[in-house]
Amino acid sequence: MAYRHMIGARSWVFADLRELMAKATPPRSGDMLAGIAAASAEENVAARMCLAEVPLATFLTEALVPYEADEVTRLVIDTHDAAAFAPVAHLTVGDFRDFLLSERATPAVLAALAPGITPEMAAAVSKLMRNQDLIMVAKKCRVVTRFRNTIGLPGTMAVRLQPNHPTDDPAGITAAILDGLLYGCGDAVIGINPASDSVPVLSELLKLVDGIIQRFDIPTQGCLLTHVTTSVEVINRGVPVDLVFQSVAGTQAANASFGIDLAVLKEGHEAALSLKRGTVGDNVMYFETGQGSALSANAHHGVDQQTLEARAYAVCRPFRPLLVNTVVGFIGPEYLYDGKQIIRAGLEDHFCGKLMGVPLGCDVCYTNHAEADQDDMDTLMTLLGAAGVTYIMGIPGSDDVMLNYQSTSFHDQLYLREVLGLRRAPEFARWLTEMGIAEADGRLRPQGANHPLLAAAPGLAA
Amino acid sequence: MSGATGTNGTPAAGDGTTPENAGGREPPERRDDSPVHRDDSPVHRDSWRRLAGLTPARIALGRVGAGLPTAEVLRFSLAHAQARDAVHTPFESATVAAGIAGLGFETVTVSSAATGRDIYLRRPDLGRRLSAEGRATLEALHQGDPAAAPDIALVVADGLSSTAIHVQAVPFLAAFRARLVENGWRTGPVVVASQARVALGDEVGAALGARCVVVLVGERPGLSSPDSLGLYLTFEPKVGRTDAERNCISNVRGEGLSHDLAAFKLAWLLKEALARRLTGVQLKDESDLLLVAGRAPPLRLPEAAS
Repeated sequence: MAYRHMIGARSWVFADLRELMAKATPPRSGDMLAGIAAASAEENVAARMCLAEVPLATFLTEALVPYEADEVTRLVIDTHDAAAFAPVAHLTVGDFRDFLLSERATPAVLAALAPGITPEMAAAVSKLMRNQDLIMVAKKCRVVTRFRNTIGLPGTMAVRLQPNHPTDDPAGITAAILDGLLYGCGDAVIGINPASDSVPVLSELLKLVDGIIQRFDIPTQGCLLTHVTTSVEVINRGVPVDLVFQSVAGTQAANASFGIDLAVLKEGHEAALSLKRGTVGDNVMYFETGQGSALSANAHHGVDQQTLEARAYAVCRPFRPLLVNTVVGFIGPEYLYDGKQIIRAGLEDHFCGKLMGVPLGCDVCYTNHAEADQDDMDTLMTLLGAAGVTYIMGIPGSDDVMLNYQSTSFHDQLYLREVLGLRRAPEFARWLTEMGIAEADGRLRPQGANHPLLAAAPGLAA
Repeated sequence: MSGATGTNGTPAAGDGTTPENAGGREPPERRDDSPVHRDDSPVHRDSWRRLAGLTPARIALGRVGAGLPTAEVLRFSLAHAQARDAVHTPFESATVAAGIAGLGFETVTVSSAATGRDIYLRRPDLGRRLSAEGRATLEALHQGDPAAAPDIALVVADGLSSTAIHVQAVPFLAAFRARLVENGWRTGPVVVASQARVALGDEVGAALGARCVVVLVGERPGLSSPDSLGLYLTFEPKVGRTDAERNCISNVRGEGLSHDLAAFKLAWLLKEALARRLTGVQLKDESDLLLVAGRAPPLRLPEAAS
C-alpha cells in the first residue's frame, strides 16, 4: 500500500511502509549506502509527517520483512501481547510520541506497555523524536535484571570491565581486570573478547575470571564473548560459565551470517540456565548488536538500519538477557559517518531497547576512520547517562588493544558518576566499600601497594 | 588468520606527571603507605604501576579526581592523531611504485572507482572496483601476451592506512621477492592501487589472468598500531569472491609480525593454495610448525639465483 503526504502543492508518495520508514530516518551513511535514504531534506521531513499519521496497529498487519521469509518477523507477530498493547492500540505514531512524553506515561505504565511494543513501532516513533525526547522517555523506562547483582535500578549505571589482550595472555588480562576493579568497574560483567576461538584457551580464560570472582567473593559475573555454540561446548566440558554471549541482528538472514538462529539461541539459553550459577537472579544471556550489521551481511531486505537494529532487540527479548548492548560506532563510517550520526544512533538504540523492555547498555565507541573523536564520545556518554543507560564499557584508557577501536574508559565512568550522581549496582557498591576500594559515597579511595586484590597480580604474589 | 603477536610498547604509566619521591624525602606528615599526594601534585598515581609491563593496554594511568592526568590525555591525543593521519594522508602511489620498481619488479598504477577519500570511506563498494581507466590499463596488459599470465598477481592497496603502505610495502616486498625466487613463481607487474579495498584484487587478478592474487593493504589503524600491513591471499580471483574465500596475515609491522616471517608465512600459504587449488576457511595456516625458534627457516635458493 502506498503512503502519500501533501506539502503545499507537492504530493510526496512512498511506495510502502518500508520505504516510508527508511525515508523518515534521520540521515545516516548506511541508509545512503543501501540506496534507501530520503533524496532531500524535505522528503525526509515529508516522510516523517506522513509516518506521524500512520496508526500504530498498521505495524501488526504490514510486515517490513516478509512473515513467510523471516523467523524474526514471525517471532514478533506470533508473540505480540495484545493486552499490553491495548492502551495505545488506537494511537497513530505521532500520537504515540505525545503519549510517551506526557505525564500519563509513568515508569509503571511504560513497563506494562513494553510487551505490546513491536520493534517497528519503537523505531517508527523514534524517527519523530528529537534527541531530548529519546533521553526523556528512556529515562522513564525501568528494566531491572539480576544474576549475582541487581542491574538497572533507578539512579544506577553499571560498567562492563573489558580486559582484552591481543594474544589472550592470562597475566595481561589479569592485570587489566585488577586495574578495572581498583577503579570501581565490573558490576555489569567482567567480559573478555578473546582473540582465540580454541576451546582449551577459552576454558582457561573462563577459569581465570571465575577464579578472581570466587577468590574475592565479588558480586558480579564473568563472560567470554565467543560464539554461542562454543559456549555450549565449553559448558558441556564442565567449565564454569556465568553468562552466554552472542551477537545478534534483526533479520533471519543476518543472523544466519552469524551462524545462529532462534533455536541455537534457545539451546545456549537452556545450557546457561542449567548451571544455576546466579545467586540473586537467572538472567543469563549477554547480547550485542549494532546498526549496519544486516546491510553488511547483505541481509537487510531494503529496511533502514535503525529499524533492523530495533528488531535485534526483539530477538534478545524472549531470552530475558542480563545485558544487551549496541556497539554503536564499531563497524565504521559507511554506516555511521561521524560523531553526529553516532550520537543520534546511540540515543535511538537505547530508547528503542528500553521501550521494548530490554536492558540496554551502549558501547560508546568509534573507529579511527570515522569522523569522530573523544569529544563526541564525551557527549554521547553524558547524554546516555542522563537517559539512564543500563551500562557502558570500561576499557583501560579507552584503547581496546585487541579490537582496535576506542570506547569508554575506567576514568569515564568515574566522570559520569561524579557529574550525574550515578551509583553502581548495590551489591557491587557494598563490596567495593568492604574492600576499601571506594568510600560509601562511591568515590575511589587512594590505594597502597598492599591492597589485598594485588595479591592476585601475576609476579607480585607474596 | 595468522596469529600475529602485538606488543605495543606502552610507556610507563604516569610518565612526567609527578616526580616520584622527589628529592628522596617523604613528606613527614605521611606515615601510611598511601602513594598519593606526593609533594603538592593533585595526581593520584596508581600503586600497581608495575603491572603495566604485563599488557599493551593502558592500565595504571593514575587520575586527577575522576579524570586522566594531563600527560595521559596528550599521549592519547597523539596516538589518535597518528591513526587519523594514517587514514587521511594522501597516498603517494608514484613514490611507492618507484620504490617497488627499485626492487626489480615491473609496476603499474591504477585507481579504484572511488574518486576521493571521503567517497572511499562512505562507499566501500566503489573501493572494491577498478576505475574504467584502470580496468582498460590492466586488460591491455593482459591482451598483450595472454600466455604470460602470472601465477601470482601482486596488488599494493592503500586501504585504510596509506601510512602502512608508505612504511611497509617496499621492505616487505624485498623480503617476499626472495621467496618468489625460491619457489620460481611468475608474477605480473605489481599493481599499485589508490583508494582500494581488499576485494579490488579480485578484479585485478582476473584482468591479469592470475591463478592467485596477493593484496598488501593498509589495515584499519588502531590507536597503538597506525601503520599495520595486512596480506590477503585469494585463489582464482574474480569479482564476487567473499572474505570466507581468502586467507589473511595481519599485523605486519615492526612491533608485530616481522617482514621476513610474514613473507615466509605468505609463501607457505601460496604453496598450499596452488597445490590444493583453494584459499579460505578450508586452508589453515600451519606454517608455525616449520618455524625455528620463532623465526622463518632460511631461504633455499635455486643454484642459478644464489
